[in-house]
Amino acid sequence: MGIFGFIKSSIGQKYVVATTGLLFALFVLSHVLGNFLIFVGPEAYNMYSYKLISNPFIIVAEIGLVVLFVVHLAVAIKLTASNMVARPDKYALQAKGKKKTDPVTKAMWIQGAVIFIFMVSHLITFKYGTYYTAEYDGLVVRDLYKLMVEVFASPLFVVGYVLCMVMLGLHLSHGIQSALKTFGFNHPQYEAKVRTVGLGVALIVSLGFIAQPVYIFFFQ
Amino acid sequence: MGNDNSTEMTIHLKIWKQDGPGKKGEFISHEAKGLSSEMSFLEMLDVVNEDLVRLNQRPIEFDHDCREGICGTCSMVINGEAHGPDKEITTCQLHMRKFKDGDTITVEPFRAKAFPIIRDLVVDRSSFDRVIESGGYVSVNTGGAQDANSLPINKPDSDLAFEAATCIGCGACVASCKNASASLFVSAKLAHLSFLPQGKIEQDARTLAMVRQMDTEGFGACTNTEACEAACPKGISVENISRMNRQFLKASIKER
Repeated sequence: MGIFGFIKSSIGQKYVVATTGLLFALFVLSHVLGNFLIFVGPEAYNMYSYKLISNPFIIVAEIGLVVLFVVHLAVAIKLTASNMVARPDKYALQAKGKKKTDPVTKAMWIQGAVIFIFMVSHLITFKYGTYYTAEYDGLVVRDLYKLMVEVFASPLFVVGYVLCMVMLGLHLSHGIQSALKTFGFNHPQYEAKVRTVGLGVALIVSLGFIAQPVYIFFFQ
Repeated sequence: MGNDNSTEMTIHLKIWKQDGPGKKGEFISHEAKGLSSEMSFLEMLDVVNEDLVRLNQRPIEFDHDCREGICGTCSMVINGEAHGPDKEITTCQLHMRKFKDGDTITVEPFRAKAFPIIRDLVVDRSSFDRVIESGGYVSVNTGGAQDANSLPINKPDSDLAFEAATCIGCGACVASCKNASASLFVSAKLAHLSFLPQGKIEQDARTLAMVRQMDTEGFGACTNTEACEAACPKGISVENISRMNRQFLKASIKER
């Protein structure tokens, strides 16, 4: 049994979902912070993207992210399925008063499903989207900024993007706290801090990502 | 009853009726008249059952024992809430004055795969007993008991152990968790022994055995919704779940 038995146990699987989720949260946090260069201008943004993709280690990071994503998804689906099996018959009524469960915490898998669909379409739209080029001081780089302005000219796209980022924000608002609590950080010393960190990162990520297409739509 | 504040009430009940394990159940409607607002919820059900017997119908079966909130036997979900709308009480401590005259109240059994329904509102919670049997004990040598003062226990640890030990094993945590997880129960039982010197010795083996038994019984996993703490009649803290997770990881790493 030992550590291999741990991974097979329900608590072990929670650790796996929590670890991969937290690492992914760090990725989206770095992604949103990097993307703030949109507000600086096309050159700053395109050069940032060029520096990222021209780094030979980018492929390692990409494979790492795919692995994180697949493991997070697979183990979360497995846990969610066994959690549903554990309550085969539903209650006629749901608690409404002091014993009500926060609906955000109950809908993690729905938010997850939306984020999954979003990520696939996000990669198709941007990573594998039209390859425009721009030239800065004789250096030809991909003009992602132009593609973004083109994509976010559509109000439908902006609204869809904003809704998906709300879902991501909700997912993180519970996910980060929950992951830290799964690791054992639920203690008078950490409780308030864990809550603040979880909600803080969720707000920065979702509001940060929402601000970008809205800015492009109205000001570019 | 007979107290000055009591008022007469009529309640429309929708109660789960199921003839036996695996049988198809359904809600039956019953109008309970002439109730006193000072009755406990279980006394109200007693009156309903007397009515049903008079009508030559089978009474509704429900679990109850001490009727003073310490045995953890009464188990039902009232309007979607385990032990009803009030915090930190059991169903037997809930009074009809919490409801309004003419209210409709829906009463269901605790629903979980690991708590199969025996009949109506009675569920089989022996899965909890098997979790306890797997490790929820302290091994002691027989013979004369040693002097209690020879085992110093610091006050904060003794308080935490005592808080966890107030768990009455009613199963409201499982009933209210969207995943029917027994994490609060198991973690409370682990904490109340592990904080004490007598229990510390077997902590690793106990944690491994009880968590594994919990998984075997078919309870769901914890997703930190904290619905269990809200429903717990003893207000047991979800902090115990985090502690269980840490101890389970540590015990798994050390296991030989």
